[in-house]
Amino acid sequence: MSALDAHLVVRRDGFTLDAELRAAAGEVVALLGPNGAGKTTALRALAGLVALDDGHIELGGERIDGIAPEHRHIGVVFQDYLLFPHLSALENVAFGPRCRGVPRSRARAQAAELLARVGLAGQAGRKPRQLSGGQAQRVALVRALATGPRLLLLDEPLAALDARTRLDTRAHLRGHLAGHAGPTVLVTHDPLDAMMLADRLVILEHGRVVQTGDAATITSRPRTDYVARLVGLNLYRGRADGDLVRVAGDFTLTTAGPQHGDVFVAFPPAAVALYAARPEGSPRNTWPATVAAVLRHGDALRIELTGPITVAADVTPAAAVQLGLEPGRPVWASLKATEATSYPA
Amino acid sequence: MLAALRLSLLTATLATAACLLLGVPLAWMLARVPFRGRRLVRALVTVPLVLPPVVGGVALLLVFGRRGLVGGWLDATFGFSLPFTTAGVVVAEAFVAMPFLVISVEGALRGADARYEEAAATLGASRWTAFRRVTLPLIGPGVAAGAVLCWARALGEFGATITFAGNFPGRTQTMPLAVYLALEQDLDAAIVLSLLLLVVSVAILAGLRDRWLGAT
Repeated sequence: MSALDAHLVVRRDGFTLDAELRAAAGEVVALLGPNGAGKTTALRALAGLVALDDGHIELGGERIDGIAPEHRHIGVVFQDYLLFPHLSALENVAFGPRCRGVPRSRARAQAAELLARVGLAGQAGRKPRQLSGGQAQRVALVRALATGPRLLLLDEPLAALDARTRLDTRAHLRGHLAGHAGPTVLVTHDPLDAMMLADRLVILEHGRVVQTGDAATITSRPRTDYVARLVGLNLYRGRADGDLVRVAGDFTLTTAGPQHGDVFVAFPPAAVALYAARPEGSPRNTWPATVAAVLRHGDALRIELTGPITVAADVTPAAAVQLGLEPGRPVWASLKATEATSYPA
Repeated sequence: MLAALRLSLLTATLATAACLLLGVPLAWMLARVPFRGRRLVRALVTVPLVLPPVVGGVALLLVFGRRGLVGGWLDATFGFSLPFTTAGVVVAEAFVAMPFLVISVEGALRGADARYEEAAATLGASRWTAFRRVTLPLIGPGVAAGAVLCWARALGEFGATITFAGNFPGRTQTMPLAVYLALEQDLDAAIVLSLLLLVVSVAILAGLRDRWLGAT
């Protein structure tokens, strides 16, 4: 089966998408990024709905960027599915094969079988507006797969669903993506979707790829503030000299593992402890800080601190009450060196 | 009398068919394809709305008349002359009624989500297939409404028809012309004819509206 190798360059007034994207056959790659990062543009360029200004798209060694979308054999699941409202679920699924010259009766039999496989045999005759969100999502997926596409593209496949349906559909979708032999590119702004569904993540910011890797690498070693926030880590850039990393002005952090040169330092908010007075004893990283904001974060409270560095810290509500944490309150923050990882920038 | 009614219904229907054939692609171009001079074309399409129909008839004569731009060539090549024929009636009616269709269909196209066409393209549909199987059904009510308006306008057409096609009974004398003629000779007959035209057109419009537009 075919592998995808693309360099997408699309220029719009004031925005440039310039991203390299690779996916092996059977691999699921998630394009993750904030709104306006160019994720959807990248997907539309792959599908041929937006022309490339530069670069190339190769699928199985064949250049396809000059080919019209209807001849690319690429399956697309659009964000709001775009099921044809005047056709039944069955006719929607049969549409692609019909366009590729499959006779009507066979296309319909095929579509009925595909719908039955995703548990929608009873809904085959329904119009899209009579389907629930989860059902419409499955019809859209089956419609895209019905033509046996060489590449499957999904644009925010779960964004239109409520939380409960989302869980079920995500599991469903995982199974289907595993069954697709070609490469799959998935666009999402939800890190959980990306990590659950994809083998590899490509982080897109301002039209550029800022980081790629599997979920474990991305979650433990973020390289931009966006990714750090996404995975819930404090992230700083600095210069390392052994265990010591100078992150801001004179301020240095002691980290686990020696590094040299430009590095990132990352640690989870839960690794930061707060005290009313300067703590005695072990932690080597202590600094005075001021509470800037107190936010709910799951069962804990997330405290935003200013000081030599801005830090997020997670504390229990009990501790917060005991310390009297409220905006403006001065505290001492401490971080165990073993909790702070550093890695080359 | 009945000959005029039959001719009116026939020419109005043919004019509507001609408008559909030319007007739907034109509306699609105006709504979907950005090209230079689109605003000018859109303005030209609506010109027959503001032009007095008689002026429209004169314009048609200048183009399709025996010495006209296109008419001279038609006459020389095919020995065929459009003015003062039943075909001329159809052309005059289509000319005047076209804007009603184009404006309705263009509006419907603008209201329809163009991304459905993109979805169809990713499924392997050519532009024509996407238009026929996806866009056209989506804008069906708009096309039907435009066709009804177009037909109604063509049925009532008077000025361009009498100027371009004349007033020959059985050939170019449509109902409105017959009414006008009767008015000069026999007022009662004119009233009867007017009522007949009114009843027939209301009956047809009511029937079409219920069937095509699902009006309440």
